[in-house]
Amino acid sequence: MSVKELHKATESQEYFVNMGPQHPSTHGVLRLLLTLDGETVTKVEPHLGYIHRSIEKMCEKDSYQQIVHLTDRMDYLSCHMNNEAVCLAVERGLEIEVSDRVKVIRTIMSELTRLSSHQLWWGVMGMDLGAITSFLYGFRDREMITDIFEETCGARLTMNYNIPGGVMFDIPANFQTKVKEFITHFRQKLPEYDQLMTNNIIFRNRTEGIGVLTKEDAISYGVTGPSGRASGWSNDIRKSHPYSAYDRVDFKEIVYTEGDSFARYKARIQEMWESMNIIEQLIDNIPEGNYQEKTRAVIKLPKMEIYQSVETARGELGVYINSDGKKNPYRVKFRSPGFSNLNALNTMAKGGKIADLVTIMSTIDLVIPDIDR
Amino acid sequence: MRGIINYIKEVVSGVKTLINGMKVTGYYISHPKEIITQQYPENRDTLKMMDRFRGEVIMPHDENNEHACTGCQACEIACPNGTIEIIQDRILNEETGKKKKTILKFVYHLQMCTMCNLCIPACPTDAIKMGQNFEHAVFDRSQLTKVLNKPGSKLRDGVEE
Amino acid sequence: MKFDIYDFSVLTASIHESLGSMMGETAVMITEMVIVGVIFLTLFAVLGLALVYAERKVCAFFQQRLGPMRVGFWGTAQTVADAIKLLLKEPLMTKSADKFLFNLAPFIIIIASFMAIAAVPFALGLQALDLDIGVFYVTAVSSIGVAGILLAGWASNNKFSLIGAMRSGAQIVSYELSVGLSLLTIVVLTGSLQFSEIIESQREGWWIFRGHIPAFIAFVIFLIAGTAETNRGPFDLAEAESELTAGFHTEYSGMKFAFFFLAEFVNMFIIAAIGATMFLGGWMPLHFGELTSFNEIMDFIPPLFWFLGKTAFLIFIMMWFKWTFPRLRIDQLLTLEWKYLLPINLINILVMAFIVLMGWYF
Repeated sequence: MSVKELHKATESQEYFVNMGPQHPSTHGVLRLLLTLDGETVTKVEPHLGYIHRSIEKMCEKDSYQQIVHLTDRMDYLSCHMNNEAVCLAVERGLEIEVSDRVKVIRTIMSELTRLSSHQLWWGVMGMDLGAITSFLYGFRDREMITDIFEETCGARLTMNYNIPGGVMFDIPANFQTKVKEFITHFRQKLPEYDQLMTNNIIFRNRTEGIGVLTKEDAISYGVTGPSGRASGWSNDIRKSHPYSAYDRVDFKEIVYTEGDSFARYKARIQEMWESMNIIEQLIDNIPEGNYQEKTRAVIKLPKMEIYQSVETARGELGVYINSDGKKNPYRVKFRSPGFSNLNALNTMAKGGKIADLVTIMSTIDLVIPDIDR
Repeated sequence: MRGIINYIKEVVSGVKTLINGMKVTGYYISHPKEIITQQYPENRDTLKMMDRFRGEVIMPHDENNEHACTGCQACEIACPNGTIEIIQDRILNEETGKKKKTILKFVYHLQMCTMCNLCIPACPTDAIKMGQNFEHAVFDRSQLTKVLNKPGSKLRDGVEE
Repeated sequence: MKFDIYDFSVLTASIHESLGSMMGETAVMITEMVIVGVIFLTLFAVLGLALVYAERKVCAFFQQRLGPMRVGFWGTAQTVADAIKLLLKEPLMTKSADKFLFNLAPFIIIIASFMAIAAVPFALGLQALDLDIGVFYVTAVSSIGVAGILLAGWASNNKFSLIGAMRSGAQIVSYELSVGLSLLTIVVLTGSLQFSEIIESQREGWWIFRGHIPAFIAFVIFLIAGTAETNRGPFDLAEAESELTAGFHTEYSGMKFAFFFLAEFVNMFIIAAIGATMFLGGWMPLHFGELTSFNEIMDFIPPLFWFLGKTAFLIFIMMWFKWTFPRLRIDQLLTLEWKYLLPINLINILVMAFIVLMGWYF
């Protein structure tokens, strides 16, 4: 802090509060240094690094098949999409073309992951605002998806299902039945979410007009994902640079213009409906083919730089691989969506109350291991 | 007058949304069939995990106490963090009179395993697979370093091609 | 066959006689006070146990899960285990806290609850204090609890506790107005402030049915204001401050925290009991004026069970509020009271007075 700030702090009525690393509503270990003036927040300063595990450094000693399992643990709620990003980058470097079956399977799994991430987000948002019941309802619906994952990949949270060249196992026999069952079940439950929270007058009063992020600010901070789309910036990577099977499905890009917390909330709920539409279009005709392309046992990329981005549940995840011809990459860098989204917190929360800060943090949907890696 | 009408409309619509919300929770408390809790230690007998569930790595032995691990170390190379250690030696095989590579101990550090499943497809002889036991909590850390090949077991004949 | 409602005053009079024959005047009075005190202490403890268990089970059933199942049969001994845990905790106190006030604050809240529960009629003749200004007394005494909360926040010497206590104090003081005014609506109907007379006047039918629309509006307002009074449900910003701290009882641990916790549940019981008494007829069984045979059937169920049933129903509604709705912010809370509940309440009382004048009630 500069001398001027120190002066201002000691003379004015402002005081500092630590919303410390251990806190029920910061979704992970995040330390926020708040400067408060009475009840109003004047500055929010996030301090990161409490869960830094040097994933990017560990990637430098692993082979290309092994770096995939580390990305599971970054943004653990969009596991498949993280794995897909690395696999797509490596496949682009090796210039292999995966079969249609692999593309469709990857898209279905990504959309299921997006659904489960949004369900958890909805539950936690209700819990932060005080309606603890919504937490349990979100997890109950999410349970069906994790059961599907357990049957297909063997694990419920850290899946490690994509490998460079395809997927690890073929889908089991009852995959299609189970996914269709889930879609039917969830189509009935999602209006209940609306009944319980979206239309609730208390909830509306707490989110409408809170934490407005203008479109210019969103573009300048690089806020991607539903948080940016709620401010009017259409940045869906599935539309602008389609990958896997996204160019053959028909879905809307959800953009709202108000930019407040309620718009971010609505954007995610609508994304859930769109994800179900995408899955329904793909689930009935999964093309036949290989589920795994043959690659060498030891993958060596030629000397090149690759950047591949995917649309995770939080925003754009970018993977940058710099290889110099050896069997380990020279440098791997992840552009995490949470890092850029968190930067906009100060702009959004300034001038509001502490209770509004909690609302804003839950609408931008932070997952701290994604930010710290 | 318009102000009063708006006021009353606001109050009535607000109350309606609240009652709508209460209907949802009211439905669940009046239908106890919808309870989804499974009482864990009591239902161990009927609990069945999925086939591909990744509990821990095991090495299946058949009735003659034989396994299929040739000691090729493909799984040790595929593992990202050194969870598998294979201790092997060239042992004189009495029947053919040649020295052959056989494994002494297949050390598996359960405490480091991330259950990433990269070792299983790497094995050329299907010697290891993922078991379904998930109750790994122990009081003594040394119990987490397991030796997967049972004492006195040897390589099954005819595996090496 | 008519079943007369058992009059507990017969029992209490006979106890008084037998004590009077054993000892002098003052000794009898003191013995009776001690007996009543012990009964109420036990009642507090039992209520605390039962309500905490009920809350956990009801919350679980709303959320499609089972709640406590292991400790005791279906988890009934869970609260006992919690109480033992709280007893074994170390009673902390910060060095710079004001010792006397810090220790005094929980007791003030318990004293306020005791004084309020003394006036609640459990059955015919089973009432510790049957004052002729019953309603007025209860509203006055429940205001004493605010002093306890403010003291707790101030004496902790912690700026967040102070903020939480101030918010809580503002909330309780505002919503007491609404509680008092909605109770006044029923007093207009009965013409008396005494609890036993109010219940007697409901012999033909409960006020919520006979007083139709204004009584129903007053009931709804009473429920909302009552949950706000006890810092519960969607109005618990002061203590479920997951934003910063646990509000005014941050610095308390062990048995003193248990007092705050207990007082919250007993206050919920008192609000539900007062609501049941004024709007739903207290211990009076469900009667509909002319249907004498129906009334006689209803009289078979003892009045104590009617009272407990109605209170349980109101407590269930208060729990339903808590587990469904998100929290209100402090300024929205106060807006709700001063801009919405209070004007509606005042107009309601006027309407009710007009209805009573014209005789347009059953």
